[in-house]
Amino acid sequence: MQKDKLYSFLFLLPSIILIGIFVYGFIVWTGFISFTNWNDIFPDFSLVGFRNYIELFQNLRFQISMKNTLVFTFLFLISSLIIGFLLAVLLDQKIRVENIFRNIYLFPMAISFIVTGVVWRWILNPGTSGNPIGLNLIFDKLGLSFLKSGWYTDPKIGIKAVVIAAVWQMSGYVMAMYLAGIRGIPSELFEAAQVDGASTWKVYRYIVVPLLRPITLGAIIILGHISLKIFDLVVAMTGSGAGFSCDVPALFMYDTTFRGNHFAQGACIAIILLLLVGVLIIPYLTYSLRSEVKR
Amino acid sequence: MKVGRFLIYLFLILFAIFYLTPVYVLLTTSLKSFAEVNLKDMWNLPKSISFESFVQAWKGDPSRGLRGLSQNFLNSLYLVIPATILSAFLGSMNGYVLTKWKFKGANVIFPLILFGMFIPYQSILIPLVQTLQKIGLYGSIPGLIFVHVVYGIPITTLIFRNYYATIPSELIESAKIDGADFLGIYRKIVFPVSMPGFAVVMIWQFTSIWNDFLFGLVVAPNPAVQPITVALNNLAGSYFVEWNIQMAGALITALPPILVYIFLGKYFMRGLLAGSLSGT
Repeated sequence: MQKDKLYSFLFLLPSIILIGIFVYGFIVWTGFISFTNWNDIFPDFSLVGFRNYIELFQNLRFQISMKNTLVFTFLFLISSLIIGFLLAVLLDQKIRVENIFRNIYLFPMAISFIVTGVVWRWILNPGTSGNPIGLNLIFDKLGLSFLKSGWYTDPKIGIKAVVIAAVWQMSGYVMAMYLAGIRGIPSELFEAAQVDGASTWKVYRYIVVPLLRPITLGAIIILGHISLKIFDLVVAMTGSGAGFSCDVPALFMYDTTFRGNHFAQGACIAIILLLLVGVLIIPYLTYSLRSEVKR
Repeated sequence: MKVGRFLIYLFLILFAIFYLTPVYVLLTTSLKSFAEVNLKDMWNLPKSISFESFVQAWKGDPSRGLRGLSQNFLNSLYLVIPATILSAFLGSMNGYVLTKWKFKGANVIFPLILFGMFIPYQSILIPLVQTLQKIGLYGSIPGLIFVHVVYGIPITTLIFRNYYATIPSELIESAKIDGADFLGIYRKIVFPVSMPGFAVVMIWQFTSIWNDFLFGLVVAPNPAVQPITVALNNLAGSYFVEWNIQMAGALITALPPILVYIFLGKYFMRGLLAGSLSGT
């Protein structure tokens, strides 16, 4: 029995050590660096208090990238949730080739953000006004020229164009989550509502939507943390863009640290990014593990 | 009623077109010959099918300094296969202990492990590079394998924990009474029924490690060891590379995960839903 306890501990030990060092130890170390003077190639660990943070908050690129992330996250979440929910509800109406539709909606999830970025950069490439390409070319051919846009090259649009590619990639995931949720609702509930003469609209409004609330919450958390960290897609599709109109903190951190060698400054951005994600994730983890214990 | 059905199908088809548009663009562009690539006709089907752009994207063209993706495709394979297998085994071991040999503190350790899959990796990148340089793994494929195994622990542990929770505890208890020990139970009872769990975990890890970009970019700056996503981004980022080569490169990069999705989609789905914590 004692031997079993020892073995079970030994099984878990490698993971505990690795996570302890490479997640928690490293976060502490990054936090430490953010308070030091290490802003060129050579490490300088003299402490400078909150100087790096103060400078960061005054930095224009940081302000723009924070604003961009919030705009991106908001639009991305709203669009993915609405599209994902609509598709799930419609697919649940005894659709003949449901399988095919479902697979088409979901396959972008399997693809790298880099591939997505490369393709959408071309589709949303505005070309020139005389020689439009991509989506603009289609608008021209359909006589919808007024819809033409500079997409990600227009500083007023910037990051919002990246939302289109992100929604393309992730909305199918939301659809799958909602569909699994709808299928999990006991059919007696639907039947009872029908016996009571409730319209389809009312069934969804008063039975399905409330029952799917945990899924909505889960989807917000999952998409939210991906969105706050978004990096690959922006790098491949636009880079930081004209006047940083496509910039995000994850990219700013990479540029600052690994291109500019401002390690302490980069560590600051990383810590702020971590706090943003933590605010979203920690309450959710606590909540879902607690409700798991109750079950 | 009929009109309603029609509208539903119309809506579903319109969305299918939205999701398939990039595939259309990828295929038609990459299958055009260089002579036929013309911005004005980018939406047209190719008049004749040509594999020129695939050959160029794969082999490169040294005469104008174009690096092909073949080496990087292999790099990705070399790194994905061991990393996937190793992290699956770690996940299985952790899941076994966390469900069948729960000890005091297990309920604290699990969330602490799990948190590791949500962190923005930017918050560990600087120490990671310093550490890998110290232990001589920086800029190498073994270094990348190591990194993916470490940061794969949370998700593989989560999936196996959910999966092993479905093995009845009575089975374990009666084996204990029969005198089986920790390792014996794992070898004779748990591991033999683990294959579906391994399938989900390995497919998940294969896809996410293949698709990773950030670790490849930061840990493997040397082109000779770069994984394919980093190489594709470089290829697509050079202004002299034609669109048909870029699209061919993107297709080559997307191919392995797409094949996995087509042939093993059921397991991929389960991994996805496990990632959302809603269980397997």
